[in-house]
Amino acid sequence: MKRRWLGIGLFLAAGGLAAPGCAVKGYDYTNYRAHPPRSILVLPPVNEGTDIRGSYGYLSTVTRPVAELGYYVFPVALVDQLLKENGMPTPGEMVQAPLEKIREIIGADAVLYITLKQYGTRFQLLASSTAVVADARLVDTRTGTVLWAGRLAAQEASGGSGNILSAVVGALLTQVINQSTDRAHGVAEQANAQLAIKDRGLLHGPYSPQYGRE
Amino acid sequence: MSRTARPALLVVLLLALVTSCAPSTLYHWGRYEAVIYATYAAPGSVPPERQIELLEQDYQKARSENRPVPPGFHAHLGYLYYAIGRADQARQEFETEKANFPESAVFMDRLLSRIPTP
Repeated sequence: MKRRWLGIGLFLAAGGLAAPGCAVKGYDYTNYRAHPPRSILVLPPVNEGTDIRGSYGYLSTVTRPVAELGYYVFPVALVDQLLKENGMPTPGEMVQAPLEKIREIIGADAVLYITLKQYGTRFQLLASSTAVVADARLVDTRTGTVLWAGRLAAQEASGGSGNILSAVVGALLTQVINQSTDRAHGVAEQANAQLAIKDRGLLHGPYSPQYGRE
Repeated sequence: MSRTARPALLVVLLLALVTSCAPSTLYHWGRYEAVIYATYAAPGSVPPERQIELLEQDYQKARSENRPVPPGFHAHLGYLYYAIGRADQARQEFETEKANFPESAVFMDRLLSRIPTP
C-alpha cells in the first residue's frame, strides 16, 4: 500500500516537473506587450560565420519580413552608413552603441540585434548544402528590456540525386552560380520568414491589420 | 557598362523577378532590397544613378497600382540623391519618408539638418 502511494507520489512529481515543458504553447510575450514598439532599427548582423558576405547578405533580407509584420523599419543601408561615419566601422562596434544614443539620434523604439552563427555554402564532392543560422534579439530602447529572442535557421541542399555524371555537373554549376549570386542570401530570406511565425516570432505591429488581435 | 556590373545587375533582375510575383503584401517592394543587396555584394558595380533609376521606376509602378512603397524606401532614395549632389531631391525624399511614416521623424530631421540649405 505504502509503495503504491509512493508510486503515485512519484508519478505526480514527475508530472509536475514535466508540465512546464508540455505547457509551452508559444513564446511568452509579456515583456513585448508591455513595451510594444512602433519602429524597429535593424543593425547589421555580427558575423560569427566564415563567409565575409554574411552580414550584408543577411541585412538586405530583414527589412521585408519585419515591415510586412507592420513595423516601421529604418532604412538599413542609410543607418549603416550613418554609424560608419560616426566611428563605428563594423557591426561588432555598432552593437555596442548605447540604447539611449540610438533613441536620441534615430528615434527607434526597439533594436533588432542579429548574430549570424552560420552563413554560407559547404561544398562536398557531389553535392553542396547552404545553411543560414541566426540568433535574433529585439530590445526596447527605453528600458533595455528584451522583448523577444529567437533562432532563425534555414537550410537548402542540392545535388545528390540522378546519375553520377549529372550530379558532378550539377555540383560544378552550383559552385559557379554561388560565386556570383551568393546562394546563402536566398536561404537567409527563408530563415527570416520565421520572424513571422505565429506564437514564436514577432507580434504584429501598428501598420498590420492584425495589430493588437493576437 | 563594366564587366563587374553585369553579375550584380543580374542579381537585381533575378531578385526583382522573384519579388514581383509575391502574394498580397502591405507594400509594393519592387527592387528596394535587391538594390541594397547588390551594392553590398558587389560594391560600386551599380552606380547611384542607376539605383535611383530602378527605384524611381518602382515608385511609379507602385503609384500606378495605388500601393504604398515600404518604410525606408524614400529615405534610401533621398540618400542616393544626396550621394550624387542633388540636395533638393534628397530633401524632398526625406520629407516624403517623414510624411508617410511619422516614426522616422527624428531620423529624417537629423538628415535634413545636414543638408545645406541654398
